[in-house]
Amino acid sequence: MRRITKHLLWMFPAALAAGLLSAMVSIAADTSGAKSAPIGPTVKIHRGEQCVEPTEDMRRNHMQHILHQRDKTVHQGIRTKPHSLTNCVDCHADPKTNSVLGQEGFCSSCHEFASVKIDCFSCHTDKRDKNAVAVAPFKGTATSGRKP
Amino acid sequence: MSLSRREFIGIGSAAAAGMALAPGLRLIDLAQARSPDEAVTSLQRWGLLIDINKCHDCDACVTACHEENGVHGHGRPTTDAQWIRKVTLKDQQTGHVQTLPLMCQHCEEPPCVDVCPTGASFKRADGIVLVDKHICIGCRYCMMACPYKARSFVHEDTTDQKPHAPRGKGTVESCTLCVHRVDAGKIPACVEACNKDGNKAMVFGDLKDRSSDISQQLAAGPSTQLRPDLNLNTGVRYRGI
Repeated sequence: MRRITKHLLWMFPAALAAGLLSAMVSIAADTSGAKSAPIGPTVKIHRGEQCVEPTEDMRRNHMQHILHQRDKTVHQGIRTKPHSLTNCVDCHADPKTNSVLGQEGFCSSCHEFASVKIDCFSCHTDKRDKNAVAVAPFKGTATSGRKP
Repeated sequence: MSLSRREFIGIGSAAAAGMALAPGLRLIDLAQARSPDEAVTSLQRWGLLIDINKCHDCDACVTACHEENGVHGHGRPTTDAQWIRKVTLKDQQTGHVQTLPLMCQHCEEPPCVDVCPTGASFKRADGIVLVDKHICIGCRYCMMACPYKARSFVHEDTTDQKPHAPRGKGTVESCTLCVHRVDAGKIPACVEACNKDGNKAMVFGDLKDRSSDISQQLAAGPSTQLRPDLNLNTGVRYRGI
């Protein structure tokens, strides 16, 4: 302790420099923290609160629902609305662009974030049929998930 | 004979169930409009009858088809998709000229289905021959196999497709007999246009239903398949060739 007191005088400038440095680092950390947005895609829901299945199920399994419906439609002519791709687009298209693609499109925003390529819209239209009325028959209680 | 309460109720409910079921039971199912969640069955076979004597110099069917299904060309006639086209026949001896619309003939034994390596080319239970573009790899064997040159390959990126008629680069496509309309209980766009703006040369209907308009017209007069020698039993029949 005594020895430290002895050396305190000449150590002072060094301590000052170190203190300044640490202060600068903490300020830098603060500013970067203020700028960063919460991690995750911006998904805009324009219509209703509830999809054709519970939200959690749709987040994980929407591709299975569409795939299943696709084979039934093409091969067996079953054209029920809820799980059809046209129903997805009719409900989720952006009111301004009428599309599910684009900068803030419902499909593309999440798929770009997850880096998963969508094949659907190389053949199917991404635009809503303006006359179509989308259906969302699921009436159950949605499980609480992350807010989109 | 005395019945217990339980037996009496049992017999009574069985009798009620029998009475309720009996009127709905038939030995042969009637062809009727399908609900959207029912699969197509082979109880029906969709077909077309085209009377060439009534078909004149008009392309209402072609325009209507391409409008209905969003088939747009790129101004390159050799490679642009054609789902239906007008063909002109000329008798070299007499100079007599006829025109007829030609599209997928919806064969009962389709050569395009035989050659498809992936199963993308298939015949639906109700006789409509289609391409499942989800599994089509664009090899174009079916285009080679089709004796009617009915199929087209999509060479370029497509935009502004119709929601009911997806079309994409790298897949083969052809007349679907307007399957989305047929599933909704309507007639194909070409037939509707021919009846409305054209010469009323086309009849659409169920070949297996003896009481349908098309079956009765086929029974009443002569008709022919194109290339009957191939034994494909086409769903599209012509009269007056």
